[in-house]
Amino acid sequence: MNDITESRKPPVATTGILGWLRMNLFSTWVNSLISLFVLYILFQFIPWILNWTIFAADFKYNFNGEEIVNREMCSRVLDPENGGACWAIIYVRFYQFMYGFYPREEVWRVNLSYLMLAVAVVPLLFDNFPFRKHFLKFTYIFPVIAFFLLNGGLGLESVSTNKWGGLLVTLVLGCTGIALAFPLGIILALGRRSNLPVISMMCTLFIEFIRGVPLITLLFFGMVMLPLFLPEGIDMDGLARVLVAVTLFQSAYMAEVIRGGLQAIPQGQYEAARSIGLSYWQMNLKVVLPQAIRISIPSIVNTSIGLFKDTTLVIIVGLLDLLGIGRGALADTTWLGLAYEVYFFVSLVFFIFTFAMSRYSLYLEKKLKTGINMGAD
Amino acid sequence: MKKLLSIFAVTVFAFSANAGTLDDVKNRGFLKCGVTTGLAGFAAPDDSGEWAGLDADMCRAVAVAVFGDRSKVEFITTTGKSRFPTLASGEVDMLARNTTWTISRDVNLGFEFVGVNFYDGQGFMIPSSLGVSSATELDGATVCIQTGTTTELNLADFFRLNGISYEALPIETNDEGKENLFAGRCDVYTTDASGLSSTRAAAADPGKWLVLPEIISKEPLGPLVRHGDHQWGDVVRWSLNAMIIAEELGVSSENVDAQKSSNVPEVLRLLGVEGSYGEMLELAPDWAYQIIKQIGNYSESYEANVGPDTPLEIARGLNALWTQGGILYAPPFR
Repeated sequence: MNDITESRKPPVATTGILGWLRMNLFSTWVNSLISLFVLYILFQFIPWILNWTIFAADFKYNFNGEEIVNREMCSRVLDPENGGACWAIIYVRFYQFMYGFYPREEVWRVNLSYLMLAVAVVPLLFDNFPFRKHFLKFTYIFPVIAFFLLNGGLGLESVSTNKWGGLLVTLVLGCTGIALAFPLGIILALGRRSNLPVISMMCTLFIEFIRGVPLITLLFFGMVMLPLFLPEGIDMDGLARVLVAVTLFQSAYMAEVIRGGLQAIPQGQYEAARSIGLSYWQMNLKVVLPQAIRISIPSIVNTSIGLFKDTTLVIIVGLLDLLGIGRGALADTTWLGLAYEVYFFVSLVFFIFTFAMSRYSLYLEKKLKTGINMGAD
Repeated sequence: MKKLLSIFAVTVFAFSANAGTLDDVKNRGFLKCGVTTGLAGFAAPDDSGEWAGLDADMCRAVAVAVFGDRSKVEFITTTGKSRFPTLASGEVDMLARNTTWTISRDVNLGFEFVGVNFYDGQGFMIPSSLGVSSATELDGATVCIQTGTTTELNLADFFRLNGISYEALPIETNDEGKENLFAGRCDVYTTDASGLSSTRAAAADPGKWLVLPEIISKEPLGPLVRHGDHQWGDVVRWSLNAMIIAEELGVSSENVDAQKSSNVPEVLRLLGVEGSYGEMLELAPDWAYQIIKQIGNYSESYEANVGPDTPLEIARGLNALWTQGGILYAPPFR
């Protein structure tokens, strides 16, 4: 009765690092070849990239210990063989990259807006946030506060949007575009599926028209043609016109994404909601949309990331966003020719934002278990 | 849509676009000047966010003429595509945006070019190792060329005229042309000479690159205003001319105070000591004095932004005064 057999450990080759390597990298000979090739590439490039961006790079001082004020003082211009990136161009112009030409004495308003943006958005993103309900009240009024803070008014000195630039413009365009396009997109998606022919036709026409033209065309439309439609004597701000174009563009795409989610909801859900006496709006808000939006999360984040990157197109209409400020820096005769540093920095900033967005979407998918059969849970 | 507009539109009242720009500018308290989004030597933000360059100086000169204060100007960035609608709609009072003066822009688009602040022209840049000293020796070369521009047509004309052939490597932007040339994917890069100079200055070793002497097109770049507002056009035109005349008369920002007691009549007229030219333009009597004092004469602006001592190293060439072998010529100040 005592001779209970000891449980045997699994084979060494299936556990630990070795097992992981075998499972994931070397499971077949094709995978092994690909793995070796990728490792070789990484081995070739990673030391070089690290060396160029960090170890051999100048940040504020060059290898002689002098503070860098122009390109001639960069180590990589003085010594092309050994010098790495010359980040001094970013260091010196960091203010411009973040705020554009916003007056320095007023910049606390931008910083405060960034801070409030975090306070407004974080509780929205995580539903286990303490005192979430109270924070959400703030989230609703944040756009109004931010508008007056950034633009001026109510006793604050007015700062023309011509002076906005850099990350500020990128974030204003990205956040406003995404935040406004979401509700608009839902309305358009519901409208397109509506049984009322006029509404359905109008929504379809709008969506198809916007999706049928490139964003650049819409930006030009906003910049050049919109003023012609406004009443005599009313001049709309340049940034606001671009915002309208960006929002309309994004809402059309968002509408189609959400419509995709709506299509996936089984007819039974609608019928069940109707049969217990819910009205059209109750049915959509309480039964259909929560499920439809949940399964659309990957696509919603996808189009949002797309929009965030598309905001760089505004340089065509003369707004200097993060990329535009970078190109302006390259046109300054003091810094001519440091294109790699500028583009690297700009892409790094974009990567941080878009990567955060995609990680959040993964977290949300896991939490809401979007993979599970909709009818069952 | 309506709601959207009302929430996010910042509406300000604009005055009628066509008449009385000078009064509009005075009432507003600052000048709105359209510049590029960044072009080396002409208009680009410096490290502190101030716009600097030949075109930026032009904007400042007009602001000084109207307000006597070089900071009373708001720079509005425009691209090659958005510049004309921006001027036409009255969003800017003037453009100083390295814009070539052509008949169609002057006549058909309804603008008024008030002068030329830089005589540019299309040129060629090659690696000096190519061993070529004239563009006529470029038979069979691969040329990097921006598509859809007048430079493309000029290039075709030039090679056909000289009976030689080339292979075009189409590119979109200046950066792309630069990278292709530096990587050896094309033998020649062609664009405006000022653009070639900035490309050369950005090279790792500028001495390895050569700008050939041939200039194959006329590209007179100058400030422009809306057609039909002659009073405003005069203000911009004479702000530019005052800078050129000051160089001609040897008046600079350094000696302008001493020159007030000069015995040259034209200097006295220029500085507002004699005559009532400021009044005619509805400006302060010392408007030109202030331009020279705060911005400098044409030569000072040129040397500081694009001249031989800057990384661009553009010699005066055509932009020298007519008395010094160039074609820079302003009507007399009387």
